[in-house]
Amino acid sequence: MKGVRVLVGTKKGAFILTSDAKREKWKVAGPHFAGWEIYHLKGSPADPDRLYASQTSGWFGQVIQRSKDGGKTWEPVGNKFAYDGQTGTHQWYDGTQHPWEFKRVWHLEPSLTDPDTVFAGVEDAAMFRSTDGGQTWHELPGLRNHGKGHLWQPGAGGMGLHTILLDPTNPKRIYIAISAAGAFRSDDAGRTWRPINKGLESKYALPDPDAEVGHCVHRIAFHPSRPNVLFMQKHWDVLRSDNAGDQWHKISGNLPTDFGFPIDVHAHEPETIYVVPIKSDSEHYPPDGKLRVYRSKTGGNEWKPLTKGLPQKNCYVNVLRDSMAVDTLDSCGIYFGTTGGQVYASADSGNSWNPIVHDLPAVLSVEVQTLQ
Amino acid sequence: MIRVTLPAHLQTLARTNQEVELDVPGEATQRSVLDALEARYPMLRGTIRDQVTFRRRAFVRFFACEVDLSHEPIDAPLPHPVASGSEPFHVIGAMAGG
Repeated sequence: MKGVRVLVGTKKGAFILTSDAKREKWKVAGPHFAGWEIYHLKGSPADPDRLYASQTSGWFGQVIQRSKDGGKTWEPVGNKFAYDGQTGTHQWYDGTQHPWEFKRVWHLEPSLTDPDTVFAGVEDAAMFRSTDGGQTWHELPGLRNHGKGHLWQPGAGGMGLHTILLDPTNPKRIYIAISAAGAFRSDDAGRTWRPINKGLESKYALPDPDAEVGHCVHRIAFHPSRPNVLFMQKHWDVLRSDNAGDQWHKISGNLPTDFGFPIDVHAHEPETIYVVPIKSDSEHYPPDGKLRVYRSKTGGNEWKPLTKGLPQKNCYVNVLRDSMAVDTLDSCGIYFGTTGGQVYASADSGNSWNPIVHDLPAVLSVEVQTLQ
Repeated sequence: MIRVTLPAHLQTLARTNQEVELDVPGEATQRSVLDALEARYPMLRGTIRDQVTFRRRAFVRFFACEVDLSHEPIDAPLPHPVASGSEPFHVIGAMAGG
């Protein structure tokens, strides 16, 4: 039977929400790992029952959990994330140099083809890979050592590598993004990397208008059928690249603000994209107290608010960067979670919304698996 | 036999009770006790001390015999009542919210 499994990471545990293809009635399982921050959990495209979760705690550090049965049971696997070679320094908040220190895993991206291979984006920003189901982790040091790592700097939430996109048409191509370093691309399966930030403006953060790194990229997304076309929500502006990140241009158009965190693409319409505008970097809530998803069906610039079923007054939640996902059912489902603990679902491409749950801990991440 | 107590979250992670009993070869020190604990419960590696530097995590303390041993050298002998098993070695999570 077709259905969906929504994987929700929260500040105090993980929850797994399941439904049939109608997406009207939901089962809620959890909390798993109660009391721990679950920055992210994600399933393997090659084996949907293989899940990985990043479990962290200010007290007890980083744990990686793995499930082989779709999240019913879990086992802790390897959690040693040792930087390769000299760790060096990056820019600190005050502009001085600061040593690289591992803090946590922000994002786990399982391989498209091998359930035992998974990438981890970590804070302080670096990329790790496991090829043994998470038992051991090895850094891909070419990213941190691309030449300008000393100019990377932490955003308010830390210097995390938060986005990993694996090109389904080219196994050697990987995109990643870091706050606040920018977007990077590898064309040799992660051995070497280059910044892809031309066209990004960060005039209040970087005096050099052509700065190669240091940009606060919040999220990038692509449609799997067209991985050379990238969409970006940056600290300021929504942007697009039609040449694999070589050049970006603004597509913010008529959005009510230029700030926000997530961005995602419709499963069947590569030019239909979604963002959730947030008022500003200091006011992390929607403008006018109205929670609105904005959809563009033209690949940007022309945006329409989607409000049916979403609170349109007194709403002051945030939607974090890893908290939006889409399913691939015929009528594309869109999902997002809030720092107020709601997970909203739309089974009609965003035209109408319903909360699956109202009162979870603050949501840190949302991923969706479409089950056949 | 060395007795070690664990905070609640680590009991859950290791799927054990509050107190575990360990055979510790040689002299009982912080290092030898934690080595034995992590050998028996590998999922606890990195949760009490860093896996590379072996530095105690900032929000973790070691108590025994009504004394805070957290800042004692990691190779110093633990008090005799801990070494003899009459008193447990307590691994404590800091009393802090979040």
